[in-house]
Amino acid sequence: MKDIFRILLAKGGPFIGLILVIVLFSIPAETREFFLTYNNFKIIFTQTVIVAIGALGMTLIIVSGGIDLSVGSSIALTSVAGAQLLQRGWAPIPVLIAMVAVGALIGLLNGTAIAGLRMTPFIITLGTLGVARGSAKWMADNQTVNYDSSPINGWMTTADPFSHALPAGVWVALGLAVLTAILLRKTVFGRHIFALGSNEATARLCGIATTRLKVAIYTLAGAFFGLAGLFQLSRLRQGDPTVAVGLELDIIASVIIGGASLSGGVGTILGSMIGALIMAVLRNGSQQMGWPTYFQEIIIGLVIIVAVFLDRLRQGRQA
Amino acid sequence: MSDVRLRLTAIQKSFGATRALKSVSLEIAPGEVHAIIGENGAGKSTLMKILSGAYGADAGTMNLSGVPYLPENPHDARLKGVAMIYQELNLALHLSAQENILLGAESARAGWIDRKTSRERAQAALAQLGHEGLDLDRLAGDFSIAEQQIIEIARALLISPQVLIMDEPTSSLTQADTEKLFATIARLRARGVSIIYISHFLEECRLIADRYTVLKDGETVGSGEMAGASLDHIVTLMTGREVKDLYPRTAHPMGAVVLEVKAVASKPRLRRATLQLRAGEVFGLGGLIGAGRTDLLRAIFGLDDLAAGEVCILGAPTRAVGPKNRWGQGVGFLSENRKEEGLMLNQTITDNLTLTKLGEFGRMGWINGGRQQAVAQRWVGELRVKCRDAGQLIGELSGGNQQKVALARLLEHPARIFLLDEPTRGIDVGSKAHIYQLVSELAAAGKAVVVVSSYLPELLGMCDTIGVMCRGELTAVRPRAEWSETEIMRAATGSAG
Repeated sequence: MKDIFRILLAKGGPFIGLILVIVLFSIPAETREFFLTYNNFKIIFTQTVIVAIGALGMTLIIVSGGIDLSVGSSIALTSVAGAQLLQRGWAPIPVLIAMVAVGALIGLLNGTAIAGLRMTPFIITLGTLGVARGSAKWMADNQTVNYDSSPINGWMTTADPFSHALPAGVWVALGLAVLTAILLRKTVFGRHIFALGSNEATARLCGIATTRLKVAIYTLAGAFFGLAGLFQLSRLRQGDPTVAVGLELDIIASVIIGGASLSGGVGTILGSMIGALIMAVLRNGSQQMGWPTYFQEIIIGLVIIVAVFLDRLRQGRQA
Repeated sequence: MSDVRLRLTAIQKSFGATRALKSVSLEIAPGEVHAIIGENGAGKSTLMKILSGAYGADAGTMNLSGVPYLPENPHDARLKGVAMIYQELNLALHLSAQENILLGAESARAGWIDRKTSRERAQAALAQLGHEGLDLDRLAGDFSIAEQQIIEIARALLISPQVLIMDEPTSSLTQADTEKLFATIARLRARGVSIIYISHFLEECRLIADRYTVLKDGETVGSGEMAGASLDHIVTLMTGREVKDLYPRTAHPMGAVVLEVKAVASKPRLRRATLQLRAGEVFGLGGLIGAGRTDLLRAIFGLDDLAAGEVCILGAPTRAVGPKNRWGQGVGFLSENRKEEGLMLNQTITDNLTLTKLGEFGRMGWINGGRQQAVAQRWVGELRVKCRDAGQLIGELSGGNQQKVALARLLEHPARIFLLDEPTRGIDVGSKAHIYQLVSELAAAGKAVVVVSSYLPELLGMCDTIGVMCRGELTAVRPRAEWSETEIMRAATGSAG
């Protein structure tokens, strides 16, 4: 019996957690009517998009044994950059490409500094957290950047209650999740990320170019963060340099709740996506229960601790 | 026997379905050094964990000086008089020697450390060991491994233990330090401390122990006086079969030179080394720990940058250096440090075994997982690696089996020049014999091998040529026939002239 419990924890821990929070919010009288409806899940999915896309990049980084604290600032910077390009009349697709490129550039800087200067990712990205946030405010002159309407604004909308179609952002997140999972599981690049995170010395000894690999990982993750910035812009419909403060912690929490280990070498895209959903469901449910936001924060904080504790129980089996 | 310090009777312990200890009995007199001998997985560590209070036994009784002994945890065991020195030392490297010795048992008044009493107690403990000269104010991390071990033993002596358990205490000591440790053990024995001594080095057990007990598959299979026992007898007990020829040698001709190392130096230790390696040759590197043997292998493999000299891999398509290129040139490196450098413990056997050539299991960066798995499974069978299957996490295997997988990585790659750093460290006799055989087969197949070993019988047993390193220099290179254990030690300590 105990073994069955452990296997369930090991294989589907995050998934069970997700079912659990959904069931919990379906029961109370306050939420019963609306919570389990298609429209509510459309909202939940849409609310998950930004954290989910960030978590894709963050999973690559955490599995490789690193961390990136600069995500929230990167999202703010890219969304300001995107808004300014839209002000100048750029078309949606070039703006998208530019924003992803800006995100990738920040990642490239992070990766180069971490691998080249041989410094810990925590310190470097703590630094770029400040640099990117400050740059965003500087570029935006400390104000929000407004632009005339753009098709980008429609990519995250759930405004039309009669339309069953999910917004573009949800599809993009879903598609990228599948691609990233395949990348991590089925390619040499993915396996090298696991090797790097599991034991960097072994990776080097086995002829993996660890410096180049690190730069590639942070750059690719940065591209994801740039894309998250695009959907942030789409949701807000203006460039705001003060947006997404502390979002990196939500993103890291999703990856950790999803079963990744901060010491590297362990983690899955599916887990991280479920982790992101758990957080979104908790927020959505709490709002419908009419709980104040500070209460949501407390709950999410506790969920992170419980998730990691359960993860340790699971690890204990292998020790 | 009336005078018994510690008596274990029919100790049993299971983990789930695995019966780690089926029935272990043991008797130790005061002032006796008792060797516990057994292959990896025989149950030694489990037994020691029960003795030191980390686990509780499922059945059986333990008596210490005539009263039932039931430790609740390692701290309780210590208070009751059973202390343990682990193979991996447990020191706070950023604290001083004195702080480490008194850790958890500080002399204090109302929470303030009493400096004078602390110093006296730490000095008293060191005096018992005959190491009064140790600087108590130095940071533990600044001491050598041997000195760190003394600090740890001093900590154990603080509470006057009746029984001291030492797990593989010499595994990272040099010959000279081992002798010093033996002197320390003799002192403790003279003071009436009973010592349980665990080691893979049988010769060592024979030197230091009064009696021995052999464990096999969780059972006591033999015990007796060390003085009257032959090593062959003990090895037969351990393995349950006769090990006839530990160092098999197949006749093999030597071919062309495949590796030339010309006056190589690297920072911080390697000062100068020159050697030539031929196909079919097993080249042994002897010397003390810290003499630069590992540094030489790392320099050859391109893990460390060269400060001077040149490494030529002959018959290779490129002259580029660095680990990635070395693998491409057919050079493979086995690290002495399995856990920290050699293997990815939380990944599978398959991934560990194929990490150097993942790209070849598929096209355009994709991995054909089935093919990769099949290759690993074949090696698992060929090298008789004990595991569920090649998908098992390597951290779950015993040291000997981990080492076989690490070696299989070189075989599969395939390498033609093998750089093996302490390939038999910390593994059981059965796996050792297997590795000696593999090396012999490699040489017969025309591969070239450089092997570093601190274990002299092994060096003399398996190598064609032996070079000894001393203080960063490779001084003497001669055919094996011209070496003896004494001469290697002389060259290693720089007393050969």
